[in-house]
Amino acid sequence: MNWWQRLARRGKLEEQLDKEMRFHLDQHTADLIVQGHHPAEARRQARLALGGTEQVKEQCRDARGTRWLEDLWQDFRYAARALRQRPGFTAVSAVTLAIGIGASTAIFSAVNPILFEPLPYPGASRIMMIWDTFQGVRCDVTFHTYRELAARSHSFEASAALEAWQPTRTDGTSAAQPERFDGQSVSAAYFRALGVAPALGRDFQAADDRFKGPHVTILSDALWRRRFAGDSAIVGRQITLDGDLYTVIGVMPRGFDNVLAPSAELWAPLQYDAGNVTNYESGDWGHHLHMVARLRPGLGVDQARQELNAIARAKVGEFPRPPFASLEHGLLVNPLQGEVTRGVKPVLLAVIGAVVLVLLIASVNVTNLLLARGAQRRGEFSMRAALGAARSRLIRQLLTESLLLSFLGGALGMVVAELGVEALVALSPAGLPRVDAIAVNGAVFAFAFGVTALAGLLVGLIPALYASRADLVAGIQQGSRRTAGGRQWTRRALVVSEVALAIVLLVSAGLLFRSLDRLFAVPPGFDAAHLLTMQVQYNGHRFDDGDVRRRFLTQALDAARHVPGVRSAAFTSLLPLSGDQYGVYGTQFEDGNGYDVFRYVMTPGYCQTMGIALRRGRLLDEHDTSGAPPAALIGESLAKRQFPGQDPIGRRVHVGPLNRPWYAIVGVVGDVKQGSLADSQADAVYITPAQSWFADDAMSLVVRAHDDVTALAPAIKNAIWSVDKDQPIVRVATMDTLLAASASQRRFAMIVFEAFALVALLLAATGIYGVLSGNVSERMREIGVRSALGASRVDILALVVRQGMTLTGLGVAIGLGGAAAASSALVTLLFGVSRLDPLTYIGVIALAAGVSAIACWVPAWRAARVDPAITLRAE
Amino acid sequence: MTAKSDLPQGTLDLLILKVAALGPVHGYAIAQRLQQVTRDVVQVPQGSLYPALHRLENRGLLAAGWKDTETGREAKFYRLTRKGRAQLEAESASWQRLTQAVGLILKLSEGGAQ
Repeated sequence: MNWWQRLARRGKLEEQLDKEMRFHLDQHTADLIVQGHHPAEARRQARLALGGTEQVKEQCRDARGTRWLEDLWQDFRYAARALRQRPGFTAVSAVTLAIGIGASTAIFSAVNPILFEPLPYPGASRIMMIWDTFQGVRCDVTFHTYRELAARSHSFEASAALEAWQPTRTDGTSAAQPERFDGQSVSAAYFRALGVAPALGRDFQAADDRFKGPHVTILSDALWRRRFAGDSAIVGRQITLDGDLYTVIGVMPRGFDNVLAPSAELWAPLQYDAGNVTNYESGDWGHHLHMVARLRPGLGVDQARQELNAIARAKVGEFPRPPFASLEHGLLVNPLQGEVTRGVKPVLLAVIGAVVLVLLIASVNVTNLLLARGAQRRGEFSMRAALGAARSRLIRQLLTESLLLSFLGGALGMVVAELGVEALVALSPAGLPRVDAIAVNGAVFAFAFGVTALAGLLVGLIPALYASRADLVAGIQQGSRRTAGGRQWTRRALVVSEVALAIVLLVSAGLLFRSLDRLFAVPPGFDAAHLLTMQVQYNGHRFDDGDVRRRFLTQALDAARHVPGVRSAAFTSLLPLSGDQYGVYGTQFEDGNGYDVFRYVMTPGYCQTMGIALRRGRLLDEHDTSGAPPAALIGESLAKRQFPGQDPIGRRVHVGPLNRPWYAIVGVVGDVKQGSLADSQADAVYITPAQSWFADDAMSLVVRAHDDVTALAPAIKNAIWSVDKDQPIVRVATMDTLLAASASQRRFAMIVFEAFALVALLLAATGIYGVLSGNVSERMREIGVRSALGASRVDILALVVRQGMTLTGLGVAIGLGGAAAASSALVTLLFGVSRLDPLTYIGVIALAAGVSAIACWVPAWRAARVDPAITLRAE
Repeated sequence: MTAKSDLPQGTLDLLILKVAALGPVHGYAIAQRLQQVTRDVVQVPQGSLYPALHRLENRGLLAAGWKDTETGREAKFYRLTRKGRAQLEAESASWQRLTQAVGLILKLSEGGAQ
């Protein structure tokens, strides 16, 4: 019989045990009678010889080996009964735990795939990203740097360069309008570096990735299903992208998670020109390629770093380098995992910290409830102890109860977690990696189970120790309420810690709130209201001709301006706060000084449409055409930097290559926040398309309207398509939306912290309330005596409120210290406020005091209404 | 009454196995047999007999079944399993080694004292 069978047949075993004992006693008695004893005496002696039947039976049960399980089952049933008897207590405790467990489970499921799980590639820890550095700041590599490293390094199995590619497809049968896709141009070994192969067709080969090589593409599973109905005959078929025929050679597997560009849906070979090395002006020498590589097995990151930096130091004739890609500042080799989570790590760590606090507060609260309940059940435990229950047995019983409670909370918590995960994904800031991998899965369940068990033990331990320590006599006596000193002390300490933890969360939430407030108070440098933006992509080879581009821009602008409701409109190559990249170029002034600046190619009228202020000189207009002398505007900060105390008007600047004509500076305009409101870099140069030689693939249209700009979007799109129906229009958004999105990470952190802080405050308030009302109940008699002796209601009220506010005060004091320390972890998320911002701290103190005053008031009011006659008579 | 020695730790199991090796036997008979064999020199506590029996059954050294005794009452009979027999042999061998060694040491110290 195994233990399970023994347990299942417990009843039968009991019966047999009883029978065996009886047989023994009967036999022995009979023998003693035969020996001449009186039957009664014989029975007595037989019993004596065996020693208490019940004890023997008990020892036999122990010998069975299922004892613990039987006890557990008994404890479990007892606990279930005890919880059922107090539905109010059970519900409050379970919901409190559910909040704590649910919140931490939700956060865990969001954070786990990003921070803790390895990336979804085989041998993911061997995948590295490689960066060039310039003046201590990392930057993308140039194509020729990549080529040199790939050729000379021996550390890697596979290495690849990659950049964004946004082709437009025009032969779609299902899409009436041209569709632009997000994709990537990659070296042939890109997928091998990640360790993933196409599920259908073939991978890129070296022969695909050469200058003027074949037009081939690999599709993502999602795109293949969406646009090609998951037809496996797609391999070998041709589709039109940017006016060229591309042969589909493969489809990536369904679960392929492309962490370097999650939105990418198709890939093509990079096909840079490896031959034209010494033309340093060419785009091949631009710092605009990411580089990813897979380490050879058994090789450490440090070895690869050393090797690459040795290569960087030792220039060879075969691979010439221009000064701006000399590699003299060294190369960075970083694991991909860290690169992917780099931007979001501070936010996620802060959120983890917050949820741990919430879980702690919830646990402390339930501990307090259990302590209070333990006080009510002292009689019961004293009685059991008096009847012989061992202390360990009582502790086990109570822990079973708290565990049952926490598993109840855990089950509810999974519902909270499920909702929480949905909310988190909906709220998640743009740029949060691996959002698709966020789900309630096995690891999350295991986590929730662990947290639940831990919480159950944690909240149960102190109450169990107290309850089992019950002083027998005092416990059984009715007057036990008078002696509750130690327990009261513990409960107060717990409330103080609860308040302190809540203060930490409140201060953090307050600081984040103030940061966001400050951030949105930063002037973006333009008027964001009533501004609609959309990106128009040039599609097809006819736009390789600059004149065609300019003609299209003029016509499209003309059409857009004629849409009713439009006040003004303009095109720009670089749209502020939109996430536009690749707009930074080197400039050089006559004195040889050079700066990296944002380069805006914009149609005349852009500054007026955006509401960018003119500080000096004039704006660019229709007269600044290709025939006229090149003219440029510069931003205010650049003017101050290059021409401190001088008039920049009339000075000259090179934008980009030095072999182009000088641009004369004709005006200075106000600074504009390009990347985000938190940016400080704002150096900018503005030129017109007519005087530009840059071949931008896409231009953003900005439209200012009289009132509702969103309603204008369809009409404006149609206006542009009336000029050329093949131009994809993407990223249609009001400037207000872009402005909000630019701060989405901070906003995300703030919302999470505010929610958690609110929960913490409520829990702490119920904690204070619970302790005070328990205290008032236990002190009824004392209060009765006081009022009999002449204490007024106000006195009694003050007595209780003072007690509550003392606890709050202590908690606040400790919490402020904790908050000041904890806020250092938030520094990267703060903007424009010190982490010790007095206003935030004062506000939090006021809030905590107000809420706890309310929590104190109810029990105090109850105490003040105590009728001395009744309480004293009850004694 | 003469003073009786307590049973050395762990020997009760050995004795039970030895008795059961002679054939299926119920608990009361084991108690009787032990009392007779040890001739009242060793105190066999009846109270610990049954927990020991249950423990041995639990470990698979004894197997139990219900049978009628000669007086016609149903009793729980224990018999030695194959595993129990092996255990018995191993334990009696080790017991003998132990007692021999202890005996040797006692003789040795007597010799040393002379």
